[in-house]
Amino acid sequence: MQDGTNNELLTTPQDYCFGPGEENALLLDCGRKLYEVNLRYETYGQLSPEGDNAVLILHALTGDAHVAGRHNITDRKPGWWDAMVGPGKFIDTEKYFVICSNVIGGCSGSTGPRSIDPATGKLYNLDFPVITISDMVRAQKRLIDHLQIKKLLSVIGGSMGGMQALEWCKLYPEMVKSAVPIATTSQLGPQSIAFNWVGSQAIRSDVNFQDGQYTVNPEHGLATARMLAHITYLSDESMQNKFGRNLQDADRYSFAFKRDFAVESYLEHQGQRFVERFDANSYLYITRATDYYDLANGGELAAALKNVTADFLIVSFSSDWLFTTRQSEVIVKALLANNLNCSFCEIESSYGHDAFLLEVDQLGALIRDFLRNQREEFGK
Amino acid sequence: MSSKFKGIPDTGADDIISRPDLRRIAELIESGSRVLDLGCGNGEFLHYLKKVKNIRPLGVDLDAEMVGACVTRGIPVIHGDLNSKLDFLQDQSFDCVLLTRVLQELAHPEEILQEVTRIGRRGLVGFINFGHIRNRMQLFFAGRMPRGKNLPYEWYDTPNIHLGTIRDFRELCARLDIEIMRSFPIGRERSYLDVKLPNLLAHACIFEIRSRKH
Repeated sequence: MQDGTNNELLTTPQDYCFGPGEENALLLDCGRKLYEVNLRYETYGQLSPEGDNAVLILHALTGDAHVAGRHNITDRKPGWWDAMVGPGKFIDTEKYFVICSNVIGGCSGSTGPRSIDPATGKLYNLDFPVITISDMVRAQKRLIDHLQIKKLLSVIGGSMGGMQALEWCKLYPEMVKSAVPIATTSQLGPQSIAFNWVGSQAIRSDVNFQDGQYTVNPEHGLATARMLAHITYLSDESMQNKFGRNLQDADRYSFAFKRDFAVESYLEHQGQRFVERFDANSYLYITRATDYYDLANGGELAAALKNVTADFLIVSFSSDWLFTTRQSEVIVKALLANNLNCSFCEIESSYGHDAFLLEVDQLGALIRDFLRNQREEFGK
Repeated sequence: MSSKFKGIPDTGADDIISRPDLRRIAELIESGSRVLDLGCGNGEFLHYLKKVKNIRPLGVDLDAEMVGACVTRGIPVIHGDLNSKLDFLQDQSFDCVLLTRVLQELAHPEEILQEVTRIGRRGLVGFINFGHIRNRMQLFFAGRMPRGKNLPYEWYDTPNIHLGTIRDFRELCARLDIEIMRSFPIGRERSYLDVKLPNLLAHACIFEIRSRKH
């Protein structure tokens, strides 16, 4: 839903609920079922009569359904990828019907650990089943069916969004014309699992955590987890450029353990802002989902992708050390081994992993042109 | 909204038709085949082959801007360096691998030739012949490194770090166990030569090659 007046994109979040009964419930990788699942989503633009212009955007770890525009004209900030998505922008909502939903396990409207368990009438908390990236995609598939979209023109996402895009191509090959996995990987490596583990420990050892039954968000642990993760989104060069060894408030060291450096202050600020918008249990569940993510299911990646039919545009960033160019090349190799149409570009950037949100112009031009060509081929 | 890739003129086929080596290569490509172009530039040639020969193309190029230009044209392309192993490409996975006027710029021409014949059931290599008589005359009479239409650079500032002659190329292929199936010497603009002495009279040469091992 959108209103393009005054060039300001206004959107309204919507909800789709499914799985009230045994048959309709969402069967998860862990073997459990999720009932009365809600998906919070937003759409932009109109589905064409031919149904050839639906673009599903998948958000990253702590993103949400609010990709672009504002909910109210007075909102201070627009959606998380507003520079990319909107009328006349790279993913042009005058041409494409754009959909984005909050992942299950999240805390921005979709069913997650802080939702009410219909079986008990209480918050799930740590009784919420451990979900996977595939489970997130299975839930999204219900939404796409509900929207009566038979085939998506493209699935696009960065980081964990890219993992979902790849899972989409693997799980529902007949429903995906093309995919744009950005700054992502085919499996979470030990280094990333290790970072997640430290973050998880920080949250679970916060005195307020109370085995997940907290009434007050365990802010210390969550902020620490976020600060650690945030470092992995930057690069040595971008931190050097942004902070150097600059001191925050004084011109000399305090010779104490309070924060002296600008980079320390920045991290604290990031941690603080994060706990205001994100739930600790959700953070545990979603990072766990990424830990378990392995597109190859422990085997050969090319074999795991043998039923995939989509065309691909894979993008990495030169200074991204969380999900490296090398990891993208592993995906490219597996796709080419399956004789698929695949393009790959490494964009030069000093921003590290965060580049996928910041290098909008070069990334946007690639996506725009890729989408245009994909739409011309759609249905051929 | 500004774009780096906007404004690339789609010159269509005219430029390609006017380049005798590309025109020759286009004739040698089978309709509907899977074609890899190493050093594909802006993808114009693959786009042309897709139009006239209905090929399934893939390009490889080192330059991100060229990669963008290929994406603009709808040509699948991999951002990659021909100076490193092309291990993302499977053995014998392409009907034809193109390498046109790139060989002399690479650090290890012998390695890329092995990659061409590993990946492709056949390779078409466009080769600049340094042994052409004009180059020999310049070297002999002026005593300087030759310059000309094919070789416009100063010796100290040139991407052409591995120039060789047709005879050199043949000897290298023999050493690498690469079979030269056919060769097509190219003379002046818009004409093919049927010359007895290509190493002396051809500006360039298209070699159709394949591995003896695969």
